[in-house]
Amino acid sequence: MTNNRRLIVGFATLAVIAAIWYVMTEATGWISPGRFPTPLDTWDALSQVTFGEYANGALYEHAFHSVKLVLLGFMVAAGIGVPLGLLMGWNSKAEALINPIFLLIRPIPPLAWIPLAILWLGLGDAAKVMVIWFAAFVPSVVNSYTGVKAIDPAVIEAVRMLGTPRWRFIREVMIPAALPMIFTGLRLSLQASWTTLVAAELVGALYGLGRVLNVAQQDIYPGMILVGMISVAILGWATTMILGQVEQRSLRWMQVRG
Amino acid sequence: MSLAMQTKINLSEMSADRAQPQRSAVTPPIRLTRSERMRLGTIGLIGFIGIWSLLSLTGLVPRQFLPAPHEVLIRFIELLGTPFAGATLVEHLASSFMRFAYGFLLAAMIGIPLGLLMGWYRWLDDVITPIFDMLRFIAPIAWVPFAALWFGTGIGGPIMIIFAGAFPPCLINAYRGARFVNRNVIEAAQMLGTSNLRIVTEVLLPASIPSIVAGLRVSAGLAWQSLIGAELIVASAGVGFMMVQAQAGVATATVMTCMLAIGLVGLLIDVALRQIETAIRRRHGQS
Repeated sequence: MTNNRRLIVGFATLAVIAAIWYVMTEATGWISPGRFPTPLDTWDALSQVTFGEYANGALYEHAFHSVKLVLLGFMVAAGIGVPLGLLMGWNSKAEALINPIFLLIRPIPPLAWIPLAILWLGLGDAAKVMVIWFAAFVPSVVNSYTGVKAIDPAVIEAVRMLGTPRWRFIREVMIPAALPMIFTGLRLSLQASWTTLVAAELVGALYGLGRVLNVAQQDIYPGMILVGMISVAILGWATTMILGQVEQRSLRWMQVRG
Repeated sequence: MSLAMQTKINLSEMSADRAQPQRSAVTPPIRLTRSERMRLGTIGLIGFIGIWSLLSLTGLVPRQFLPAPHEVLIRFIELLGTPFAGATLVEHLASSFMRFAYGFLLAAMIGIPLGLLMGWYRWLDDVITPIFDMLRFIAPIAWVPFAALWFGTGIGGPIMIIFAGAFPPCLINAYRGARFVNRNVIEAAQMLGTSNLRIVTEVLLPASIPSIVAGLRVSAGLAWQSLIGAELIVASAGVGFMMVQAQAGVATATVMTCMLAIGLVGLLIDVALRQIETAIRRRHGQS
């Protein structure tokens, strides 16, 4: 009942917004088409970039390029960050050794690495992957670390009393217990990856959705700007959904046991 | 998104309470004393700076692209007084900080009241939430082209980007704070004939303050980061602009100086807000 209500009001709101958009731009022209596109402009821009080319490629090529970079940076970051976080949570020597370096680098926002990445690696893909890696790395490490730290000491005591070998402890106690936090970290990482990618591509790129946004801005082409923004939002949403699915599957055992 | 942001726990906070007598279970029994901890930490830092220096000084990485740590420090001190890209580092930082403050305050001033009202009026919640859910997947940085188009690249554009970054946590935390106020308190207020407006300002607002302040901290971090992004792309002053200029001139030491300065200011903002958070929590009797 309440869910239905929310859904109805939600759709009604979106419909009203669409109507307002139409009235303000197309029908009355209160908002000049040079500032915000009319629905028709947006449609034109969408068909232009879908069936034709804009900023060196079609929409699917730009989207594919952006997704590729995000996934590459994200996966490498998670692949290194999660084990490192687990290690730091588990072994206090490693923690004491690495934590200060982390504290030194962490306050620098990932976006601030973009100029350095361009200096080192140029405007190509490598620089973007480096920056995305950096953005995604920190949340992966911090949350995995927190996940291990939060394991109930009683559980660890019990495991010790039963004489469980170390690798079994890692596989059957530590990782499952830390998994919810690990996924929280991965979600944050993924978000940060997208933000960073868009920023890096806006600063300079040859392909990608950020490039579309950049060219559209220079051309003062509001329809294309909107298409670019919506594409980024949809892709960000889709990748987050996929990660959510993976999370649900991995955490199914928790739900079963209540 | 809200939950995720709040769970982003700081490493330094975690290291504050490190009572772990039982942690030696399956792991070898390591119980580090304070001095051992310090020693290992120092080794880590020295190792980090040592490798950096080694790479740079031996020329394994060209000096132009990786200046040694001390060169960055010297450049930092130099830039405090010498102008680069039209202003000294301090002036650039000041101009960045001003934009940050405007955008952040604007986000707080709109986001917090709106969040509280959404927590009280169901219809407002139903209307705003779908819009908000639609917009939140747009990264703040993706607003750059429209921001430049609508407000120019001077001060208005970057402020809009900062606003886009800082707004969601303000709204979400005020909303959550208002939603989780003890029903009994609200019912008591209603029974006494309190008006809707007074319930929002005198019941919901005070009760949500811890949540709001926590949101402000997240919000400030995102705002600062969005500002840097905005300044890299569209700006004619500020520390992000300075970085882009330095990058164009292959002045790596200057780029690193800016990164250092950005990190420092970000850290100061976070520390200041954390102080406020602790003070408020203490006053409200919550730990």
